[in-house]
This record gives sequence, structure tokens and C-alpha cells, in this order.
Amino acid sequence: MSADPSSRSFLRAALSHPAFVIGIGLSALFVALALVSFLWTPFDPTKLDIAGKLKGPSPEHWFGTDHFGRDMFSMIMVGARVSIAVAFVAVGIGMIVGVPLGLYAAARRGSLIDEIIMRGNDLVFAFPSLLLAIMITAVFGPGAVNAIIAIGIFNVPVFARLARGAALSLWTRDFVLAARVAGKNRARISAEHILPNIANLLVVQGTIQFSLAILAEAALAYVGLGAQPPLPSWGRMLADAQTLISLAPHMALFPGFAIIVTVLGLNLMGDGLRDLFDPKLRRGR
Amino acid sequence: MTKNPITAAAVSILALGLALGVTPAMAAKMDATIGMQLEPPNLDPTGGAAAAIDEVVYANVFEGLTRFAADGSILPALAESWEISEDGLSYTFKLHTGVKFHDGSDFNADDVKFSLDRARADDSTNAQKALFADIASVDVIDPATVKVTLSKPNGSFLFNMAWGDAVIVAPETAADNAAKPVGTGPFSFTEWVKGDRVELGRYAGYWGTPVKLDKVTFKFISDPTAAFAAMMAGDLDAFPGYPAPENLVQFEADPRFKVIVGSSEGETILAMNNKKAPLDNVKVREAIAHAIDRQAIIDGAMFGYGTPIGTHFAPHNPAYLDLTAQSAYDPEQSKALLAEAGVSDLTLSLKLPPPSYARRGGEIIAAQLREVGINVDITNVEWAQWLDDVFKAKNFDLTIVSHTEPMDIGIYARDDYYFQYGDAGFKAIMADLDKATDPAKRTELMQAAQKKIADDYVNAYLFQLARTGVSNAKLKGIWPNSPTQANDMTAVYWED
Amino acid sequence: MTAYLLRRLISLSLSLVAASLVIFLVMEVVPGDPASFMMGLNADPAAVAALRSQLGLDEPLPLRYIGWVTGLLQGDFGTSYTYRVPVSELIAERVVISLPLTLYALALSTLIAFPAGILAASRRNSAADLSVMGATQLGVAIPNFWFAMILVLVFAVNLRWFSAGGFPGWEAGFLPAMQALTLPAIALALPQASILARVMRSSLIDTLDEDFMRTARAKGLSRGQALRRHALRNALIPVLTIIGLQFSFLLAGGIIIENVFYLPGLGRLAFQAITQRDLIVVRSVVILLVFAVIVVTFLVDLAYAAADPRLRRRRS
Repeated sequence: MSADPSSRSFLRAALSHPAFVIGIGLSALFVALALVSFLWTPFDPTKLDIAGKLKGPSPEHWFGTDHFGRDMFSMIMVGARVSIAVAFVAVGIGMIVGVPLGLYAAARRGSLIDEIIMRGNDLVFAFPSLLLAIMITAVFGPGAVNAIIAIGIFNVPVFARLARGAALSLWTRDFVLAARVAGKNRARISAEHILPNIANLLVVQGTIQFSLAILAEAALAYVGLGAQPPLPSWGRMLADAQTLISLAPHMALFPGFAIIVTVLGLNLMGDGLRDLFDPKLRRGR
Repeated sequence: MTKNPITAAAVSILALGLALGVTPAMAAKMDATIGMQLEPPNLDPTGGAAAAIDEVVYANVFEGLTRFAADGSILPALAESWEISEDGLSYTFKLHTGVKFHDGSDFNADDVKFSLDRARADDSTNAQKALFADIASVDVIDPATVKVTLSKPNGSFLFNMAWGDAVIVAPETAADNAAKPVGTGPFSFTEWVKGDRVELGRYAGYWGTPVKLDKVTFKFISDPTAAFAAMMAGDLDAFPGYPAPENLVQFEADPRFKVIVGSSEGETILAMNNKKAPLDNVKVREAIAHAIDRQAIIDGAMFGYGTPIGTHFAPHNPAYLDLTAQSAYDPEQSKALLAEAGVSDLTLSLKLPPPSYARRGGEIIAAQLREVGINVDITNVEWAQWLDDVFKAKNFDLTIVSHTEPMDIGIYARDDYYFQYGDAGFKAIMADLDKATDPAKRTELMQAAQKKIADDYVNAYLFQLARTGVSNAKLKGIWPNSPTQANDMTAVYWED
Repeated sequence: MTAYLLRRLISLSLSLVAASLVIFLVMEVVPGDPASFMMGLNADPAAVAALRSQLGLDEPLPLRYIGWVTGLLQGDFGTSYTYRVPVSELIAERVVISLPLTLYALALSTLIAFPAGILAASRRNSAADLSVMGATQLGVAIPNFWFAMILVLVFAVNLRWFSAGGFPGWEAGFLPAMQALTLPAIALALPQASILARVMRSSLIDTLDEDFMRTARAKGLSRGQALRRHALRNALIPVLTIIGLQFSFLLAGGIIIENVFYLPGLGRLAFQAITQRDLIVVRSVVILLVFAVIVVTFLVDLAYAAADPRLRRRRS
């Protein structure tokens, strides 16, 4: 039985887990930057100033300017918005579609539907994901929305497989058997008994998937398939920086660091949560 | 038979060492590796329109009746000389003799007839069929003479025959040219490693001036960073169409390299869909023209390389008319014109193909248009999508593209060309130009054409694409300008 | 075992058929006409139409699917729209670069990950463990294309130890070819090594906690001996799965890396084919990659089942 997240001992354990604290701190930092960007940024990230291009970091422009004279720090703040939004919705899609599929498959273990869902999962896993993302944008055009769809599609089998695996081990438990005897149908059991008990696993996986989605969005934006100009995007900033890297290394370094730090934060947070939720681990792994 | 084997061995080793050490230093370098941004889809210039095909084979592997010189003038090639009849309808070409194709077969007038007939046939896949449209018949007089009869006089006929689409091919090998090109040029085809390079070797049986290289390799590098790294690492000897102008300042500072800046035939324009409201209103188009600061685009997107143009014509052409003042940067006038046209809260779609002049230029223009109150939705598209959406379906408001064919102001006379101009007055000027052969009259008509499309603000004319290239400082003979899409290696050599 | 094998083979074939259908249909939805892309801006519409019928683009859909599948079964992947040569030739030319690159990256990744993972697991919670964990966390967070950019800047442009990319061909010699593949392999290997190290570590830790390990220690084996003789073998199973998955991912996923280092590999072939609307090439590369993944998964499952009879029972 996993720990009850709302208990005070959990909170204490959480705050004394160094990785978790660092992780949640870093992640919160970027979420905060993204939220603040709606209200204020040092400069307008879409304002061009060709004469002031390629300037290094200075008191005026904390992260310097890019090849069009735009303020890098403001661009990173707004870029955080895009990355986080795309990742959030994509993982959301993965969860909303994948978890019910996995639960359904577990509820009807061994049936044709189960087989079909698992085959479908394997098929999506087998597909080279970047190629599929490129093809999707070839069909529907580049942009943040299509990046979300492409990344979301690949999150579905992850959550389906996770939900199914976890649910399967719960179906044989006493409290579920009791519910079946009481006459509840499989859907209600899935929703009322199985789902709450796999929630912890979903949260941990969700955090990991979130960080992977941020990397995926950066890769898509890097090849030009993410958010389109003038909306700033970390991946596109890296693509722009590439030919200028020896002239203006700050253009490549800061967006790169932004990605690394955000992904790191999320991974640390996810790892920390996994440790905190797992009773074996809390005995001092 | 030396008495002492040890001495023999020592002498051999010494001799070998001397040979190895001395020979490379004494011989001049005889091969060159040239970088290209795009890989050609195939190697037949008469079967497809990709510029990259000509950039590999034009003048190197294939030759036509006439050819372009580095400065854009027309020179004789396979045709030694020609006579034009009084009425301008018959061209009699006297061909060079002793010319062989790379497979050893002889070149003669039959091959010319075959090539021209093949290009103008109904089922021909030649991308520039229009070049041959006026040919009524091609007749072989004798193996070294061929007569081409036109249905109406065409002042540009010799010019047209210099294009890559008009090169002469042999009937025995024409069908395979896409994969194994066989021509009459000074270099023959050796190998094509798809996705990487094409290798050409010197053809010993070439009829004309011998070339100074034994081997030419064209390497395809689309990524600007990779191009930079390749040049710096010495993997390439030259990159005539270098894709990243921002690096040129670094190359200039390095004594190993020289930067070659020339002109191209690329008129870079912000094309507007003339039949789509509100762009069908000339005042709106004029407003857009005035909202654009050309120099900012040249500085921001092309790092200072490029010449502003006021109409669809190359500034290095003697007949060019400078009409940039007509569409000078004036945001206030822009706003006034928009108000006059009764337009407010306008949102336009801007579709941008892959080249950086479009992607970067597009971002800058979008910002400039926003300053006068026009919102712009940018969509970056691949060439295939651009061809479908913009070029064929005309499903766009604005787009940026560079037209690199020489003397292509005639596209404004085409009715269903993608920006949908088709003005009768302009067509009349072009019809007159087709008929005119007197140079003074031609210049007058060309200038009238330029003025007309500037007055009608058909498109916003941005700048003439500079041809910026980098090469090893010791490699000479690379064309600075690009009068046609080509990497003519026939006069390239290594200076010691 | 035979019944299990048969069952798995049937489901393998079904997966392949489903994959081919999905891939064929997905390709048809992609807009863009190869003929007009090839012919260019100022081309004659009649010439474009002539090319379309030459390329067989006018035949009905089901006929094209059946033709394709029967061709595949005979090893004929069709003829490329743009290059006009057999696709199998194109793929063969690229595989000789992508496959060695994948194996090289996999080898590097394993070489780094195994010692790191074992070290971390055997010295749990020590400074060594924490540094390995920290390094792998960083490795997973670094985008591999960014890492590639930095590698090129430092090692190719500034230090000139390696060429900036490109592939001289295997005929230029084994060493020069491998040199060209080194920086790309490192860029690809970094995140994979990080993942693998963590999987190795956690898998070993799980095994080390098992009862049989305590028995081994009770029998008098030292920690090192117990680790090597018993734990490692059992811990390797999930690790091998990951390696199998990584193989397929690396084979296809190198698109961006292949672009940065201008390597003419499978990933770049597919990318260029998509932009050129060369559907036959895209289809073939994708089905090949999907096929590779499905087969590798199949083989790994077989290896598991051979090793652990419990897994041969009906899936539960």
C-alpha cells in the first residue's frame, strides 16, 4: 500500500529529500517565469532592433540580444510559456486517452479488445516518432498545435501500458474482489477502486513524460516544426543560433541551459516523487 | 644486382621516401571539392527544373549550341558560328567538328535535331518548353550544319539556347541521363553517391580548351553550420553559393580563404496575391510597399549582402531602371494609404519557403507590417507545400521568394502566374519586346515594363540576391556572378 | 515452447500487416505532388502531367497497395520518384552508414553505462553513486542536437581533431570512416548512455535486494563475487530490453544528428524524401524501421521466454 500524500509525515519526507526539493524548485522557477511573462517581460520579445543585434549579456539585456536585436531574456520567458503549454497538453492528451484505454484493457484481460489495444500500443511504439511528427506537420502544417498532436500521440501508449500493467496487479486484490461480489460493474470498479490506487504511478510517469515532451518540443521546433514566428520557442532559438555560434555563443547557450534546467528539474521532481511514494524506498535505499 | 642487400634496401627506402616526399610538393593540386546547398534530384538538365541539376552539369558535363559567360553574355559553344536570315526566322548554325560524347560516339547535326525536337515534343518533360515554343522546324543540312526555322522572330533565341534546358544530348544515352549523364563537356560523370556527392573526371577526348582540373567533386551540404565547419576544416575547397552570410566576416579575416561577392539573377520579392481582397486594391499594395525598410532586411537577413531593387529586374543589367524611391520606406504614408483604402484591422497570411532570405526576411517584414497596423500570420513551409499551396492553388496572401532565372520579367505577362497580375497593358509591352531586335528599342521597352509593374505595385520588390561564396584563397576561376544556375568549372585552376 | 513460438510468430505477422496498412494509408493523406515539386517554379503544366503519368501516380489506390506489398515480399521496394533508381539501392547505400553508426553509438553507450551503473549500484548512496546519478540526470536533460553543435564547435572547428562531418565512404579505409562517425556517435550516445546507466543501476539494485542474493552472501561469497556471479546475469534482462529498444530508436532517430554532421544516412534519406514528396522512399524507410523494431522486440521477447519459462504462459 503506498503512502498517503496528504499526511504530514509525507510532507516532511518530501522536504528532506534533496533531489525532490531541487527538482520542484527548478520546475517552479520556470513555471513562474512563464506565468510572469503574461504580465511583464523586460522587453517586447517580438520587437526587432537590427542595429542592436548580436549583443552579449549586459545590464540592459541580461541574456544579450539575438540576430534581430530581440532581447533574449524576454524570449526565454515567453518560450517557457510555449514549451510548458505544449508539453502539458500533449501529456494531458496521453493521459486522458491512454489511461482509460489501459484500464479498459486490464478490465477485459485476455479478450480481443485487450489484444487489439496492446497491438496498437506496440505499433505506435514501433513507429519512428520524429518521422511521424514531421509527416503530421507535412499534412497539417507546422505550428504548436500540431506539435501537441504529434507528441500527444506518442504519450498515449505509454500511459495505456502503465495503466494496464498497474491495474492488472490490482484486479486480483481482495478489495476489488469484494466490489465485484457486491455487483459493481467493471467500469465503476476501474473508476472508483483501481484509478485512485494507480494515481501515484501516473503522477510520477506524468512528470517524466512532461520532461520528455519538453525535449520533443525542442527537437521539433529545432527542425522548424514547432511554434511559428513571431512566437518565441526555445528549440527555434537554438536553430537560429547555430550558424552564429562562433560569433555569438550566448544565443546558443541560454536557450540550451533553459531546456536543460527545466528538464532536469522535472526529472528530479519525478524521481523524488517515485521515491516518496514507494514504501520500500523510504526505508533508506 | 647490388652486392650488399642492406645497401639495396636502404637505397630503395631512400628513393621511396624521396618520391613520396617530393612528388606531392612538385605536382599542383588537380582536383577540387565544391560545396552545394541542394542535391539535384537527378542529373538530366532537360528533364527537370531543379537549379541544382544545372549547378552540377552545366558547362561541365553538357553543352548547348550557345553558352553563358561569367558576365552573362552569350558565347558560342557547340555551334562555332551562326547566320541569321534577314527576316529573323532562320538560324543556320555551323557546328564544331571532331566532337565526341563521353561514351565515344560522334556528335553531329543529327544530335542537335534530336535534342531540340525532343525538348519541344508534346510529351516532353522539359521544364522550359517555352524556350522552344517558337521553333517551327529543325533541319540537318550536313553533319556539321543545322538550320532552325522559327515561326516568328524571337530576339532572345540565342539567349534561350544557352539555358541548361537546351543542352545537346545523344539519342543513344538520353533516356539514362538522369542517372548517368553523357554529354560533350570537358568533364565526364564518374559517380553519384546519393545524399553525399557527385564526382566528375576530366574527359580526355574533349574537343575544346583543355580544363585544368582532373577531378571535380560536388558535395551536398544543406545545413549552414555544417557548411561552415566543412570549409573551416578544409573538407571543401569552395562553396560558391554559401548559405550563411553571417559567417563571411570570419572567412574574410582568415588568410586561407577569400570571399567572393557577386551578383545573381535572383530578384527577391514579397509577392502579393493580386486577386485576393484587399490586396486587389493597388493602394493597399502600395501601403505594404512603403511599410518595408529594405535596408533593414538586407542587414538583418542577409548581413548586408544584397542590392535594393525597385522593380523586377537585375541592377547589374544595363537596362535597369532604379525605381526604389517609388516605394521608399515611409510608414506614415503607409498608414495614410491604408486609411484611404478603408482598411483597418487587417490580418494577412505570409507563407515562407525554406531559404533564409525568406525565413529571416519574413520575420523582419512581419514586424515592419505590424508597425503600420497589419497583422501577419507566418507559416513556414517546405518547397513541395509552397508549390502546392502558393504556386498552384494560389492559396496565400503574401509570400517571399527569389526568382533566379535571368531576364524573367516576362512572368508578369503570364495570366495565371501565382501572384495573378495579368494586366493587358503589360502584356502588350512584352509582346512588343518579343518582336523587337534593335537594342535601343529593346532597352526602351524593358524600361517601360519595369515602370509598369512598379507603378502597379504588383509585388514589393525587396533586393537582388547577392551571390556570396567562399573559396580557398589559392583556387582561381570561380564565377563571382550567377548569370545562370551553374558552377562552371571549365576555367578553374589552382594557383601555386 | 513451440506453441509459444507459433503464437508469437502469428502476432508478429499480424503486426507487420497492420503496420504496412497504416503506413500506406498515412502516406496517401500527405498533400503535395511529387511531379510539380520536381518540375519547379516556371514549369509547363503539360510537362508536369506527362511526368505524373510516367510515375504511375494516376492508378487507383487499392491496386497501388497490393502492388507495393507484393513487391516488398520480393524485396522490391519500388523506384524512387525523385532519384529514379530502385529504392532498395538507396536504402542499401544509407544502411551501410546508419547501421554502423547505430552500433557504434550503442557500443559507446554500453561501454559508458555498464561500469557507471554497476559502480553506482554496488556503492549505493556513496559519493560515486551520487556523481553517477547526477551525471546521468544531466545527460538525459541535454538535447542531443545541442550537444552535437557544441561538439562540432569544439572538436571540429576549433581543435580540428575531427572533420566536421560527412562520410568519406568505407572504401577510404576503416579508420577514416570510423573517425567520421565518432562525433555523431558520441552525440547520439550521450542520452542513451545516461538512460542505460540508470536502468542498469536500478535493475541491479532490485536484484541485489532479492532473497537469493542474501543466500549467496550467506554462502560466503564476497559482495563483488555475488554481484558478478548472480546479480549481473539477472539484472541484465531489463537492460537488454532497453538496448533492443535503443537500437531501433538510434537507427531512425539520428535524423537531426545526421543533418548536423551531413551524414548520408537513413534518417536524412527519409527527411529529404518527405520534403521532396518522394512517397515511395518514405514508405519504404518507415516500413523497414517499423519492421526492425517489431523484429527486435520479438527476438527480445523470445530470449526472455527461453530464459524464464514463467513468461511462456498466456499473457497475464
